[in-house]
Amino acid sequence: MTASDERQVLSVLDRPNSYIGKSVPRPNLDRLMQGRGQYVSDIVLPRMAHVVFVRSPHAHARIAALDGTAAKAMPGVIAVVTGRELAGVVSPWVGVLSHLKGLKSAPQHAIAVDRACWQGEAVAAVVASSRALAEDAAEMVAVTYEELPVVTDMRTALDPETSVIHPELGDNLAFERNLDAGAVDQAFAEADEVVEAEFVFGRHTGVTLEARAVVADWNAGEARLTIYQGTQAPHMVQNIAARHLGLTEAQVRVVCKDVGGSFGIKVHIYADEMATYGLAKMLRRPVKFVADRVESFNTDIHARDHVCKGRIAVNRDGAIKAFAIDDLTAIGPYSMYPRTSAIEANQVVNLVGGPYATPNYRARARVVFQNKNVTCQYRAVGHPIACSVTEGLVDLAAQRIGMDPVAIRRRNLIRDDAYPCASPSGLRFEALSHHAALDRILAMMDYEGLRAEQTRLRQQGIHRGIGLASFIEVTNPGAAFYGVGGARISSQDGVTVRLDASGAVIAHTSITEQGQGSESLTAQIVGSVLGVSMDRVRVVLGDTDATPYGGGTWASRGAGIGGEAALQSAKVLRDNILVVAAAILQARPGDLDIVDNAVVDATSGERRIELNELARVVYFRPDTLPPGLQPELVATRHFVPRDYPFAFTNGIQAAWIEVDTATGFIKLLRHWVVEDCGTLINPQLVDEQIRGGVVQGLGAALFEHCIYDERGQLTNANMADYLVPMAGEMPDIDVGHVVSPTLESELGAKGAGEAGTAGAAAAVANAVNDALASFGVTITEIPLTPRLVLSALGQI
Amino acid sequence: MIAAIAIALTVNGEPVTAEVKPRLNLADFLRDDLGLTGTHVGCEHGVCGACTVRLDGAIVRACLTLAVQADGSAVETIEGLSDSGEIADLQNAFRDRNALQCGYCTPGMLITAQDLLRQKPQPDRAEIREHLAGNYCRCTGYHAIIDAVESTARARTERAT
Repeated sequence: MTASDERQVLSVLDRPNSYIGKSVPRPNLDRLMQGRGQYVSDIVLPRMAHVVFVRSPHAHARIAALDGTAAKAMPGVIAVVTGRELAGVVSPWVGVLSHLKGLKSAPQHAIAVDRACWQGEAVAAVVASSRALAEDAAEMVAVTYEELPVVTDMRTALDPETSVIHPELGDNLAFERNLDAGAVDQAFAEADEVVEAEFVFGRHTGVTLEARAVVADWNAGEARLTIYQGTQAPHMVQNIAARHLGLTEAQVRVVCKDVGGSFGIKVHIYADEMATYGLAKMLRRPVKFVADRVESFNTDIHARDHVCKGRIAVNRDGAIKAFAIDDLTAIGPYSMYPRTSAIEANQVVNLVGGPYATPNYRARARVVFQNKNVTCQYRAVGHPIACSVTEGLVDLAAQRIGMDPVAIRRRNLIRDDAYPCASPSGLRFEALSHHAALDRILAMMDYEGLRAEQTRLRQQGIHRGIGLASFIEVTNPGAAFYGVGGARISSQDGVTVRLDASGAVIAHTSITEQGQGSESLTAQIVGSVLGVSMDRVRVVLGDTDATPYGGGTWASRGAGIGGEAALQSAKVLRDNILVVAAAILQARPGDLDIVDNAVVDATSGERRIELNELARVVYFRPDTLPPGLQPELVATRHFVPRDYPFAFTNGIQAAWIEVDTATGFIKLLRHWVVEDCGTLINPQLVDEQIRGGVVQGLGAALFEHCIYDERGQLTNANMADYLVPMAGEMPDIDVGHVVSPTLESELGAKGAGEAGTAGAAAAVANAVNDALASFGVTITEIPLTPRLVLSALGQI
Repeated sequence: MIAAIAIALTVNGEPVTAEVKPRLNLADFLRDDLGLTGTHVGCEHGVCGACTVRLDGAIVRACLTLAVQADGSAVETIEGLSDSGEIADLQNAFRDRNALQCGYCTPGMLITAQDLLRQKPQPDRAEIREHLAGNYCRCTGYHAIIDAVESTARARTERAT
């Protein structure tokens, strides 16, 4: 019997009427579709004031003078607050983690004190009775700036002649990591061929459709701060707000209702949000901040912005002998707090070459400060870079030795029977399925048929290309991500599940919902394990006063970690219910089960007592129960993976595209993904996570780019000039699965949130180079704009 | 500051009178003055489509429309179209197909999709994609939305024949 067979027999999920593996609709969608959601921007509190920030128009400038007198005299204005004034309420922070050895950053204030370090950094706050009046007054704040030298080119950031943004740090190097595994020099020296390329990744951002927003309510009577915020990590916000406002965590409550898009943008602590908390305390009333779209582009974290030199050693038989990279990435003037801005480069080092059985690997990554907006973890942190570099090099190697891209992957992907195993960078893989995924995607896309069509159309002057991209994906992170580095960001999650007097169930979970389906997966698991129909399970999340303590929803951890906590808590409650039922029915708990909202005889299935009747007895007629029996119709369990620091998943993507060589436009014709996230709790939700992730990756591949000029000015900080994917230009996306459950949990679920974004750009770039192969052209830069294509073709 | 101007209109069939500043846009008027927070503000410069409402039967961007321009008009928002049942089948299709994740774009997306189906009852996928191209969604990748609109069109056509 294999492990997976054994799991099926023993699983508590393998029960009558189980919701696991079923594409049931998410609860509460009607509310959102009827316009009855409650996003932070919808919240109105008594005495609520609105804050607007005056922001630096310069990338680097000393604040020589700041005069708020005229602004204070404007209608409706309550306060004009400078950085120095607010520093008395909110202490500064430094975005470092101890496990990222050598990472350095400078103290950052909620509002700049003396000096602004990027265009968009707040230099003053104006609080008024409405947002419009605050905006009017903000224009009247007189700021005199003295411009300072800017650092805006990552390639020269470390040169001796370049000015240093924070002189006390000595240089502009925030972090460097070097890795050398195996016999790299020997492998490159002995290989038949060595191919190298420089890969360039534009800066882009998440563009959540709801901008960042917060309502902070300091109740001086209770000495308590309630923060309404669309955050992925409420307990993290609670901790940080308390720490920097001089409060205890018990004095801070974080409430997270509906969140209008997140993708990693809303998992950080932003200076303007900290300022809003501080202003509420200072002014002793609720203060609301809603970013406008220009502010979002200038202050929501950016990501990527890497230049990565890659080399691959390959033999003519197709054997890949080594990978080597030298990655350079530009963050903002500060490492972001508290997760830091070094994680993406660290991930690139970890992940390059990850799908392949190649023991020789060398990497250097350097992270440099810039006078640009801060960068930090955005969906699929580091994955798109690692995947594009790895898969770009593999295709270039295949091209050099005249091998089909499929054949070289078959030759080198880690065998499906090789697990458990580890990568040269030390990643431990429990069970991956690269070859099964490759076989599946080739069948889905009819690879041979597409190749024939490509050849046929080429004769008509139509240039189509096929691109493949295998990837690995970090999910279910334990304490290795942040906890070991000293950040108070929990890696465990908890669920409390309770049977109420009517027989309905309430589940409180510490994971959060931003549309992925956290509520649904919790209700599906609890309903399945308890034997209760989903419509009787109500899920409560996003409130530090109400839910167990936990990490939240990020890094594809909700289903795998929060889901397992739900499973374990429901198991305990089920046992507790059966103890009571056995007492009432004068039976043995082991002879009973719960099916379809009733306790039944486990053998015959005969309904013995409805759950609502059992609950009635427990709550209203406990006098009728046997002496000494105290029913506990509530149970809490927590979970964190301990055997593996991360649960790796794997997958492969394929793109089918057409390049118009006259205009440089790239048309996406079809896209395929096969991935392996272990147990599928709700296949439809997994598919939609992947499709959404793919389109964010396609945006990065073709359109999305925060374009800075040499003075550090963001030149396209609006939705008309910063292009995101629209319905008209996106392809249909086919999704398939291989299922290798993790044995670390009874649920067996891994994450799926990063997979789509991880490999989409790599697949498209490889497809474009495939389409242009006959021109002898290779492009290793994204976004793949028409200008870039035409330049590569020598047409402009 | 310029004085407020009196306007009279109907919103979701109910008569409304108000005194509004000339600079107040329709989205803020609906959200802040009338409490109709289903109209979402995404970009405030007419690109993202989250604030789409119906004005005298045609879809408009509420962030690019001044409240005073709605004087004498009939405005319909997601709350009205939901309560009347006009788009119940479309909403059901969105739910069954999981054609929304965070839900922020969804009111505007539903109103724009309904606009297409009123103009062209049997659109193909390319036409659906084209019509929805002014409504940004960052979560779904659009595929599920296109499916939901396509299946609604099909079901309506079948019911009509």
